[in-house]
Amino acid sequence: MKRQAWVVINSLIVLVCLIVLWQAIVTFNNLPPYIMPGPGIVAAALRDRFPSLLNSFWITTEEAAGGLVASIIAGIAVSMIFAQWSWLRQLVCPYTILLQTVPIVAIAPLIINWIGAGILAVTAVTFIICLAPIIANTTQGLISVDENLLHLFMMHKATPAQVLFKLRFPNALPNLFTGIRISSGISVIGGITGELFAGSTRVGEGGLGYAIIYANNQMETGYMFALVFAATVLGFSFFFIVMFCEWLALHNWHESKRTRTSE
Amino acid sequence: MVTVPEIALDTVGKRYRDGTVALEGISLTIQRGEFVTLLGPSGCGKSTLLRLVSGLSEATEGSVRVNGMIPENARQLVSFIFQDATLMPWRTVEQNVGLSLELEHAARPLRKERVDQMLELVRLSQVAQSYPRQLSGGMKMRVSIARALVSRPRILLMDEPFAALDEMTRDRMNEELLRLRAEQKWTVLFVTHSVAEAVFLSTRIVILAAHPGRVAHEIVVDLPWPRTAETRESETFEEMVTRASRLLRGVQRA
Repeated sequence: MKRQAWVVINSLIVLVCLIVLWQAIVTFNNLPPYIMPGPGIVAAALRDRFPSLLNSFWITTEEAAGGLVASIIAGIAVSMIFAQWSWLRQLVCPYTILLQTVPIVAIAPLIINWIGAGILAVTAVTFIICLAPIIANTTQGLISVDENLLHLFMMHKATPAQVLFKLRFPNALPNLFTGIRISSGISVIGGITGELFAGSTRVGEGGLGYAIIYANNQMETGYMFALVFAATVLGFSFFFIVMFCEWLALHNWHESKRTRTSE
Repeated sequence: MVTVPEIALDTVGKRYRDGTVALEGISLTIQRGEFVTLLGPSGCGKSTLLRLVSGLSEATEGSVRVNGMIPENARQLVSFIFQDATLMPWRTVEQNVGLSLELEHAARPLRKERVDQMLELVRLSQVAQSYPRQLSGGMKMRVSIARALVSRPRILLMDEPFAALDEMTRDRMNEELLRLRAEQKWTVLFVTHSVAEAVFLSTRIVILAAHPGRVAHEIVVDLPWPRTAETRESETFEEMVTRASRLLRGVQRA
């Protein structure tokens, strides 16, 4: 407990040092606020425009979370199909890599053309970039089960569904969470990238990506910094929520979540 | 009355698709209640033989019968115990032991009763709710044995089950296994690399030669029952071990 307190105190000290350094750079170089606002100006922008920032924050949260959840559901389904029919996996799996190599910046305008600007289009962009890590990791976990356990299931005449849900899926849980962790980070990027193209998703308002472009055009650099911080906070929150779920699901049995030695 | 042997192999051969001959001309009859151990150098097809009897793999020549049936139809009589405990880490000890009953959709109260019984038998009742990672190697193996016994098999196939354990634990597990067998009277087909273990456990030892795997010698172990830790100190025990070791060395040299 004492050690943990020290870690927190130390990180806070580092944070304070960084803020002081930031202010020092701005002051000594005489940087104008529209190029590089100091921490005070950013804090003021954060305070003055908090309601609209919060609004943007929630819109992006909705899109990123929606895309992430959809990609988890679809990713698990696809991985299970891959695990069940290996010939299909060998046939199709290489193309899932395409999902990862496709430059999302190039695809986003296309998707918006097809679906129409709005929350749905941005969610779709998020969904596409989140899908590949989940499929890749989950499939790996589903197919790498202990051969002896598989034999045990066969000897007891287990049905394919029993093998899938009682053996392969629990075995793949750690991999699934690795995939979700990767995707949770990029889901926020997906949301913001989508918004850069989709523009305002409701009349007069939009997510963080939209607000960043808007603030940039208005030379409101202080508010822009505040928005970038908000995006970072969003990414962090996703990551920690996923970490917590992972701990919840695995801490009882998985080696990586081991909290005490017991042998 | 002619009794059907528990396991009957008649000139069994196993050739893999790449042409490797794993087993050739194996004839072996095991009566109910026997404890037969397969000893032999690596590559003599001991594990392959177990897989043929379990029905996980099919012989390419000859016939395998388990209680007069083809192995696939006799699966409910047979339980397999692997070299590693191969427990499912996400399940508690209790859930691991109950696996086979669960797969066969046994009713929950029956499952609970049988699992409790088994855990008591292997003296693990106090860790029923623990996860495998919290157990020692010997305890994991006992869970694995309980899992195999819960479906009340008549035949146990054991593929070097204690190879990963230290010698003291292994000796204790051997004694435990014999204690359980005295109560449950299964027929056992056991694979090991340890001559002492083979002599201690078996009623009969079959020594296999390699490339291709075939029966080289059979030794009837007539040590008195019940066998305990003291059995290992007896002169007859040491004589048997020496004899079996010599035969095994002969096979390895050839």
